[in-house]
Amino acid sequence: MTAAAPEPKTNMGQPVPRYDAAAKVTGRATYASDMPLDNPAHAFLVTSAIARGRIDNFDLDDAKRVRGVIDIVTHENAPKLKESKLFSNGGYAGTTIQPLKSADIAHDGQIIAVVIAESYEAAREAANRVKVRYTATTPSATFDSPGTTTAAAKGQNAQFKEDPGVGDFAKAFGAAEVKLTAAYDTPTQHHNPMELFSTSCVWMGDNLVIYEGSQFVYGLKNGVAEQLGIDADKVRVVNPYVGGGFGSRGSMTPRTAIIAGIAKRLNRPIKLVPTRDQGFTITTYRAETRHEIKLGANRDGKLLALRHEGAEVSSRADAYCVGGTKTTARLYACPNVASLVSIVRADRNTPGFMRSPPEVPYLFALESAMDELAVKLNMDPIELRRINDTTVEPIGGKPYTSRSLMACFDEAAKAFGWAQRSPQPKSMSDGDWLIGYGCAATCYPTQMAPSAARVRLQRDGRTRVEIAGHEIGTGAYTVIAQTAAERLGVPLEKVAVFMGDSDLPPAPVAGGSNSTASTCSAVMMVCDQIRQRLFKAVMPDSLTDKAKETVGISQAPATQAAKSDRPLDIEKAFDALGVGVVEEYGEWKPEGAPLDSFRAMHSGQVRLVGGHTMKDQIAYAFGAEFVEVRINRFTHEIRCPRLVGAFAGGRIMNPRTARSQLMGGLIWGMSSALLEATEIDERNARYVNDNLADYLVPVNADVPAVEVILLSEQDDHINPAGVKGLGELANVGTNAAICNAIHHATGQRIRKLPVRLENIEV
Amino acid sequence: MRPFSYQRVTDPTAAVQALSAAAAANDALTKAAAQPLAGGTTLIDLMKLDVMRPTAIVDINPLAQGWSAIEPGNDGLRLGALAKMSDVAAHEQIQRHYPVIADSLKLAASAQLRNMATLGGNVMQRTRCSYFRDVSYENCNKRNPGSGCAAMDGVNRMHAVLGASDQCIATYPGDFAQALIALDAMVAITGRSGTRNMPFAELHKAPGNTPEIETTLRPGELISAFSISGRWPRSVYLKARDRQSYEFALSSAAVALDVQNGTVRDARIALGGVATVPWRAREAEAVLKGQKFDDGLAQRVADAAFADARGRRHNSFKIALGKRVVARALQQAVTMEI
Repeated sequence: MTAAAPEPKTNMGQPVPRYDAAAKVTGRATYASDMPLDNPAHAFLVTSAIARGRIDNFDLDDAKRVRGVIDIVTHENAPKLKESKLFSNGGYAGTTIQPLKSADIAHDGQIIAVVIAESYEAAREAANRVKVRYTATTPSATFDSPGTTTAAAKGQNAQFKEDPGVGDFAKAFGAAEVKLTAAYDTPTQHHNPMELFSTSCVWMGDNLVIYEGSQFVYGLKNGVAEQLGIDADKVRVVNPYVGGGFGSRGSMTPRTAIIAGIAKRLNRPIKLVPTRDQGFTITTYRAETRHEIKLGANRDGKLLALRHEGAEVSSRADAYCVGGTKTTARLYACPNVASLVSIVRADRNTPGFMRSPPEVPYLFALESAMDELAVKLNMDPIELRRINDTTVEPIGGKPYTSRSLMACFDEAAKAFGWAQRSPQPKSMSDGDWLIGYGCAATCYPTQMAPSAARVRLQRDGRTRVEIAGHEIGTGAYTVIAQTAAERLGVPLEKVAVFMGDSDLPPAPVAGGSNSTASTCSAVMMVCDQIRQRLFKAVMPDSLTDKAKETVGISQAPATQAAKSDRPLDIEKAFDALGVGVVEEYGEWKPEGAPLDSFRAMHSGQVRLVGGHTMKDQIAYAFGAEFVEVRINRFTHEIRCPRLVGAFAGGRIMNPRTARSQLMGGLIWGMSSALLEATEIDERNARYVNDNLADYLVPVNADVPAVEVILLSEQDDHINPAGVKGLGELANVGTNAAICNAIHHATGQRIRKLPVRLENIEV
Repeated sequence: MRPFSYQRVTDPTAAVQALSAAAAANDALTKAAAQPLAGGTTLIDLMKLDVMRPTAIVDINPLAQGWSAIEPGNDGLRLGALAKMSDVAAHEQIQRHYPVIADSLKLAASAQLRNMATLGGNVMQRTRCSYFRDVSYENCNKRNPGSGCAAMDGVNRMHAVLGASDQCIATYPGDFAQALIALDAMVAITGRSGTRNMPFAELHKAPGNTPEIETTLRPGELISAFSISGRWPRSVYLKARDRQSYEFALSSAAVALDVQNGTVRDARIALGGVATVPWRAREAEAVLKGQKFDDGLAQRVADAAFADARGRRHNSFKIALGKRVVARALQQAVTMEI
């Protein structure tokens, strides 16, 4: 075992290498824009240079003269498309701002024309030669910009149903011995997945194939069909590999139906590869947020009152919000809780999911405030969490299905060397560098959604698993293959997995960290159907229940297997059935899923259950994160040489892929705290640093040591696979942990992200 | 990117001819129709962004045979303009006798870029000003003379506090040029009438009223070499930046000292990340020269270096930061073991 492949503990699978590792490192993995097309035309987008106003006219003469230009599509001649509602209102779209519909401009970088040419180079050159005359109106950029409107989220966003609260906050806060009131800010951020936001559309008669990196092929298929006004069965979305998603590919963006419509009109495959900077405005982003936290506690650190107010920016058109109070109101034992989330509308594109959408900004606020409270109480911040740890969430009084928060704190503290921390701020240093240690809790709801799967087993043990899941880099192929191999008792190398294709049985969106729990539960169920058939063929009915308990099918006499729980002779079973192949299809849904779950699943609608929405319980994964920061006395540069996280996520399917996910999360969390912010020019509501040289993400030198500790945890109340999602767990707590460590290093409390050297006063 | 012709030249005369042929007499070099291609790490970027639109590319890489030598001698150093940044940074003699040069190169860009980029191209690197690089902004005096400056009241955290004009506040982004200007380097320039030498300090032009003119090079001219006299073992390049590697300076200082018995006999100070051009802080050097070094002196020197600095909305922090960087670089240079 190596650091990359940790030894499995109880309730963990094997750390087998990635199913797709060789294909990826040798460049054989085909991403959307790698798909070979027959005689494609190339599209290049022209995007708006203003954030609000109208297009007066285009001058296309110069552009049309570029050799190889086929067509230039603007609002004046664009294919007519039907509207799709926002995903949260029962539609598929990540924004209801539909470009090329009129001369109106609603946000910076809106698609205003599409140049089609024989080559990418010609399309790009012509796009550069398109001249646009606008009538610009002064836009509202963000918080505090003139012209924004603010209203409570409740009532305008269908998915934000309540501002959670309990008890009497005002009274309890008034009477509390120790009080804290603090405000926190988080910035705009963009996903910037490695793979650009490519789309290729190919029509064969009335049938459309879309090659596009997507986190939800069924959603995209149904959404594009709706916009084109065609039967969803005529649309197929293909993406066996996705070059990162992080939420940016979870809902449909306007580009896809536009390209499909143009391809239909030109009767030719069209390939669009937008640029990095266009990716900042043609998809979604994490909106900037503001928070006010009030905490009241007694001298012993027991929380008596908590109030969390959050404000989030959204577009004029859509009331998107993340509403993380659903988590922060329930994280600690506190009898009096109040909360309020509001949405501030500005002239921006509609924001959307970005890795742990609610928890990243809202836990930054709460976990910073908890650290501030610990300082006020002169208490170790871990002990403050221990005092307020709970097995029952305070809002609805529901028990957590399992909760290893303090075990994570203790394991991570030990590995980090927290005991060596001298609690006084500014008390640790090394040469030019002030040293700070900080920690924070992290958590993410455990979510599941209905999923189908088809599994086919051959007599020789070769197995084919088909499921329209998504390999967004997480290791989905690997854990699905492991699940099938284990359930059917066939060697892993005999299992082939097919994903990323909407012609396969439907799987939910690869979002909300539900994929492993949902897809593996479905695959397990369908494998059990196969086992049932095989066992029924060779055993008396009275013994077939053994099929559910016996692990695996392999070379052993059937009767003996049934009697002794030893595996069944697969060839005998096939002989008895008289077939060469056994294939089963099944649809799985989690407990508590709504009645329309399977219908919704086939039409690309997500029905996530879990987290705080479960009927009698609440399910979250937990972790604890520790960081060391170093701040240069002279330059005030902030570096983070060590990150340590301990996490408990139910069954760990594969410690190698799990560690990789969590390590990436910790690094992203550090990046979010210290580097990542999309700068907005407030004069014109335009993004400024829309490239990877200016939108900073860490390089290797920024992350010398990252340690991931996987705790053993078993939870039988969540899903058959026993899995809690991990993908979005690790980047939640890091923001606060870093700021808490900066306070320890400098005595300075920073409540606004990202923290930059000019914010440090030593 | 717009279509261009591509020509590969194998000798300097052909290079100069090819570059001169397409040049109009009164072109700013940056707008010249013909552009030389060395490492290509800036030019190709700017062509993709439609900021630079040359119609002829003259690939001068074959000249590397004659123009890439690294020649440290007892009396000084000569560096060919087509030497790769990585080769110079890794050169043992450069590291020992000119640490400020080795470090300024090593701390620049990424390993991949340093393997491609040449010294000549490096000093000609153009600003990273977001508004300059985004052609959807019409108002950029550097791109469209007379159109205004979007950065002046825009997002200007990375912009210059020294050497700016009311036409342009774009920062000179490089690192190596600070080492060159600090060490009184000479630059050899090859043109139609042969090769001329001039102080490196005369190469870059502050924006003034003509921010579109960035250097004194004329169309058709090429940098062929840099030379430095003497050795500067007591020298330091200190660079403060947002991340640990692969990032431009928020503030940097190139410092070279001659210290005898605690007294500073000679001092060279240049500043990066804070000025519109490679910036020699001569007033600061004057405060330092002939004095016994202590921390108080370092502070006065740093104050002198930024006496004329002017901050704007997001970049004012660079003044205090720059002073601390200068003071710390001086302390490091004084205490370094040589």
